[in-house]
Amino acid sequence: MTTTESRSRPRWLYLMAAIVGIWMTAPPLVVIPMSFASERTLTFPPTGYSLRWYQEFFENPVWIDALRSSLMIAVLVMVISVVIGTLGAFAVVRGRFRGRGVLETVGIAPLVVPVVVLGIGVYAMFLRWGLIGTVPGFVAAHCVLAVPYVMITVGSALRVVDHQLERAAQLLGARPHRVFLRVTLPLIAPGMMAGGLFAFVTSFDEVVVSLFIVSPGLRTLPVEMYSSVTRDINPTIAAASTLILLVSTVLILISTKFLFSSSANGRSKR
Amino acid sequence: MLKLAQQTTRRLRGIPLAIPLLVLLVVFFAIPVLELVRRSFLDADGALTMQSYGDFLGTPAYRTILFRTFFVAVICTAACLLFAYPYAYLMTLAGPRLRRALLVLVLLPFWTSLMVRTYAWLVLLQDTGPIKAVLAAIGLEQVHLIRNTTGVVIGMAQILLPFMVLPLYNNLQKIERSDLLAAQSLGATPVRAFWRVYFPQSLPGLFAGSVLVFILALGFYITPVILGSPQNSMMSQLIVRQVTERLDWASGGAMAVVLAVLTLIFVSLMSRVVNVQQAFGGTGGKQ
Repeated sequence: MTTTESRSRPRWLYLMAAIVGIWMTAPPLVVIPMSFASERTLTFPPTGYSLRWYQEFFENPVWIDALRSSLMIAVLVMVISVVIGTLGAFAVVRGRFRGRGVLETVGIAPLVVPVVVLGIGVYAMFLRWGLIGTVPGFVAAHCVLAVPYVMITVGSALRVVDHQLERAAQLLGARPHRVFLRVTLPLIAPGMMAGGLFAFVTSFDEVVVSLFIVSPGLRTLPVEMYSSVTRDINPTIAAASTLILLVSTVLILISTKFLFSSSANGRSKR
Repeated sequence: MLKLAQQTTRRLRGIPLAIPLLVLLVVFFAIPVLELVRRSFLDADGALTMQSYGDFLGTPAYRTILFRTFFVAVICTAACLLFAYPYAYLMTLAGPRLRRALLVLVLLPFWTSLMVRTYAWLVLLQDTGPIKAVLAAIGLEQVHLIRNTTGVVIGMAQILLPFMVLPLYNNLQKIERSDLLAAQSLGATPVRAFWRVYFPQSLPGLFAGSVLVFILALGFYITPVILGSPQNSMMSQLIVRQVTERLDWASGGAMAVVLAVLTLIFVSLMSRVVNVQQAFGGTGGKQ
């Protein structure tokens, strides 16, 4: 038994996986030493170390304002797209109307259409509607990209909900809204949490559409990083990157919890 | 009459729930995209014309960019496939802990900010960077890793790999490994058993992942701007230039329409074989 096992898992598979692992994880880590560089440099590794770029990040209103706008927009996007996406998932999974399948496909269309196409289209309309550089404009544009993820996660959570549980609650005398709040909602909550997390990250990380709809008064963190990379490369971007890495690590740790609880369910079903 | 009304309500059950979604998609997705389509058919005086499409397809420089976009997408797909297949295969063989670690590793980039990754690649691939130093040490001074298609592919393939691994893994984990043993007990060599028995069963996942990576690659913008050069632009860069620098909405719109239509053709191709939503669901981390 052991021999077949080891024969079926050749060494080169591990080597390949190791290469992929390094390729996936190592590159972003270079931003950490870069952020502590003492000079205005793009050389890696830096020659001396300091905290001046963190100071720059926290003291320069441009960066801090961008961070604040990004966080505010991402939280709004998370809340709104969880609501819209959950309702949409209910319509698609539980609804009984013609065009359900079409709605399901249209719901994920924003993920498939090249983002630049959406970006310049939104730019054209926002110029006319006066939404350039406004919080509602950003939130709406980001929601278009975030809602599909919520629909996918909540939709798949909803599909595995056992109807018997809802029926049992109903038979025991619970009214429909109570069945929903006490039975259905807790069952799909992990899907909603995961969807919300994706929505947050989608908005917090969005560059392309944002580039078109920024104004000098309202810029998001990724846009600020983009202009830093394309104009003058200033190590402040490394400090910003390190802080973002820190935040996303926390988010990953949270998400793996959902991920593995749900995938464990999936596995036991097979 | 009452029956008819009942039937209608039944047929519409659930529609009100979809209204917020429909409003969002119509106002902030359909209208903007249709506005681009409309502008692509107008000339400078607002008259209806196909001129922009003719100009796009008739200009060799633009055709080159279109071909380059396809070329880069194909290379990225091939690179992802080359790395993702063994990776996903190992995931099916691994014990629960290793599998979990492999899954987290491949999902990490999905969580890492695009700008952070692109900036990191810029640092690593630049001409004075560490990778270049290694290449120079082994006598490859002439190889440039940035401001060209090589850099774009390295950066893009890293971003796209998870989109290949997840659909593939989804598929591979369903294949019965006993099929391989059966083939071997009937006299096939392990390699032959793999190619004749295992590999054909993995084709749906392979196809789903490849088309997904391919269509996503067609639409990349940030990575080619930062790791590539204007001389090596891809379609997205061209579209943005037409609109923001030349203020030529008709031409930019026509290019956007061509890119979107080509993408949708590949999506519909994929949807014949696999559930598109599931393919994306895989990237959503739900298995």
